Amino acid sequence: MREITYAEAINEVMCQEIEANEDVFILGEDIGIYGGAFGLTRGMIEKLGPEKVLNTPISEQAITGVAIGAALMGMRPILELQFSDFVTVAMDQIVNQAAKIRYMYGGKGKVPIVIRTPGGSGAGFAAQHSQSLEAWMAHIPGLKVVQPSTAYDAKGLFRAALEDDNPVIFYEHKLLYGMKDDVPEESYVIPLGKADIKREGKDVTVVATSIMVHRALQAAEELEKEGISVEVIDPRTLVPLDIETIVESVKKTGRAVVVYEAVQRGGYGAEIASVINEGEAFDYLDAPVVRLGGKAVPIPYNPTLEKKAVPQVEDIINAIKSTVVTYA
Amino acid sequence: MKKWFDKESLKQISLYEKGVSHMKTSTVGSLQKLGKERLKDLLYQMILIRNFEEAVEKQFMQGKIHGTMHLCIGQEPTAVGACAVLTNEDKITSTHRGHGHCIAKGSEVKYMMAELLGKETGYCKGKGGSMHIADLEIGNIGANGIVAGGLPLGCGAALTSKKKDLGFVVVCFFGDGATNEGAFHESVNIASAWKLPVIFFCENNQYGMSSSIKEMTNIENLADRASSYGIPGVTIDGTDVIAVMEETQKALDRAKNGEGPTLIEAKTYRWRGHSKSDARKYRTRDEEHDWMTNRDGIKLFKERLLNEGIITSEEIVEVEEKVKKVLDEAIEFAENSPEPSLSSLEEDVFA
Repeated sequence: MREITYAEAINEVMCQEIEANEDVFILGEDIGIYGGAFGLTRGMIEKLGPEKVLNTPISEQAITGVAIGAALMGMRPILELQFSDFVTVAMDQIVNQAAKIRYMYGGKGKVPIVIRTPGGSGAGFAAQHSQSLEAWMAHIPGLKVVQPSTAYDAKGLFRAALEDDNPVIFYEHKLLYGMKDDVPEESYVIPLGKADIKREGKDVTVVATSIMVHRALQAAEELEKEGISVEVIDPRTLVPLDIETIVESVKKTGRAVVVYEAVQRGGYGAEIASVINEGEAFDYLDAPVVRLGGKAVPIPYNPTLEKKAVPQVEDIINAIKSTVVTYA
Repeated sequence: MKKWFDKESLKQISLYEKGVSHMKTSTVGSLQKLGKERLKDLLYQMILIRNFEEAVEKQFMQGKIHGTMHLCIGQEPTAVGACAVLTNEDKITSTHRGHGHCIAKGSEVKYMMAELLGKETGYCKGKGGSMHIADLEIGNIGANGIVAGGLPLGCGAALTSKKKDLGFVVVCFFGDGATNEGAFHESVNIASAWKLPVIFFCENNQYGMSSSIKEMTNIENLADRASSYGIPGVTIDGTDVIAVMEETQKALDRAKNGEGPTLIEAKTYRWRGHSKSDARKYRTRDEEHDWMTNRDGIKLFKERLLNEGIITSEEIVEVEEKVKKVLDEAIEFAENSPEPSLSSLEEDVFA
């Protein structure tokens, strides 16, 4: 199979879906001739035209509302929010409008939009362009939240998100954009709410999201040399969450480490840890569930400090050892 | 028509010291063009809105309405005049003070009353309440509890109309307070840049909750803001239902011709407080009295119809009786409707 990058996979699926469905279009800032801040829409306006690739003013409230209003009228818009930090500017439309319209209206109307947005640190963009605020979105009833970690997953999950009749926040990661993977050319669906076991193991379950999946896999490889067998699970979607796959894994391994880039305090990892503690996996636990998230600091600019702010491979190794070795 | 803003009354009312001369009123002879039945219907709609609101207030006083409500008594001509030129295909977005818009767009008062009583038969199955009534089938995209929240949505609906060549126009209603929200400016700008078929309809009722718009902005007429977005702006007498119709029609024609949005500012007044618990300390009783006695859009319209010999007093009584009957039935329907089932709590979070 051919290898393409995460960014290319998303570009490809967007083009395929826009060409296949006349109700699908994309809007966003600098997505025209510029090709998007991270190049995700490169070549799209040339190929699909300005009707399908709608370059907007820098007005996050308005463009988010435009996407929602169009969705209510039967369109299926893709909205590119240039950085996921900008959800703060679009928050009213996402939280008070998109998420609640159907419920408030007693089941009338639907809002099928996909808000694609890059999150995460590591690219040197500092505090206002590097956050991981997915827990905010996952907290809101009425929103679905997707966080693909590979090019293959991104392509299939994107189509599922686009076919869903609800608002979906599709979190990409800046450091994943250049990562290559085997990706089929034809369009395919990976259903929302299906976790993926990225590596099988028997001693400990690591539930990791987005870029942390790759760091967890590296940690698992290192630990294999020391005789520790690590299972790595990528939930892929936070809402809906595939609780069953996580619970079954923990029942097998008896240990769980939850790794995420967002600030640890109040992050989505706390939800995953609670799901493990509250369910039938509890009886199988040989050690407390460990959370490993980012430090409670704004993301700093200096590259050394920036790395220190969020979990790295070494931190994950230490967290795994803390549960496997301490509770041997 | 009788001009309510004569020089004498202006001395007492500081609101219109300036800017009055720019305000558009309806043209002479406009009534004959519309015809009797249409005029009677305008009167019926306005009386229905006022009496609906009075009935809601009564229900509230009797403890039958949970939460709060925002009444639009005094603002009937804006809702009725603007919606009178629309078809079912055209859309509106509304506000927290939205009962009048719903009625004027054609929603049935019995389902509205049921919604206010939190009943299963209400427009939102009792789960939306006063601030979230929507009726998509007749083009009411919904009331909105967030000030200026409906404007971006209206632009999205209008974009769909334009993209798919559907021919409908969207009227976004909002109050004076909303013109200080970012969403207002972003929406007017984007609608102008893209020439969207939208009418931005500002019901300037003088107060955003307790705050006089005169203290919150440094311009006399909010319609002046249109010029900075490259669209026409017009200030009209919001108590003159015919003037509202005429200006909305112009904006509608412009939108349908692909020329883009218009900003209409209709000067009006909410007779009641902002919501249920408002002692109205921020304005004088004299000011209220003046609006209620000299600038009541329904009273002025009745007088005009009578003076021009279009309708008789008996016919007005007939209209009022028809309204009473419809409202009595609505209240009975709402009161006798079932409560929503407990299982509905978790329904409709997702489609």
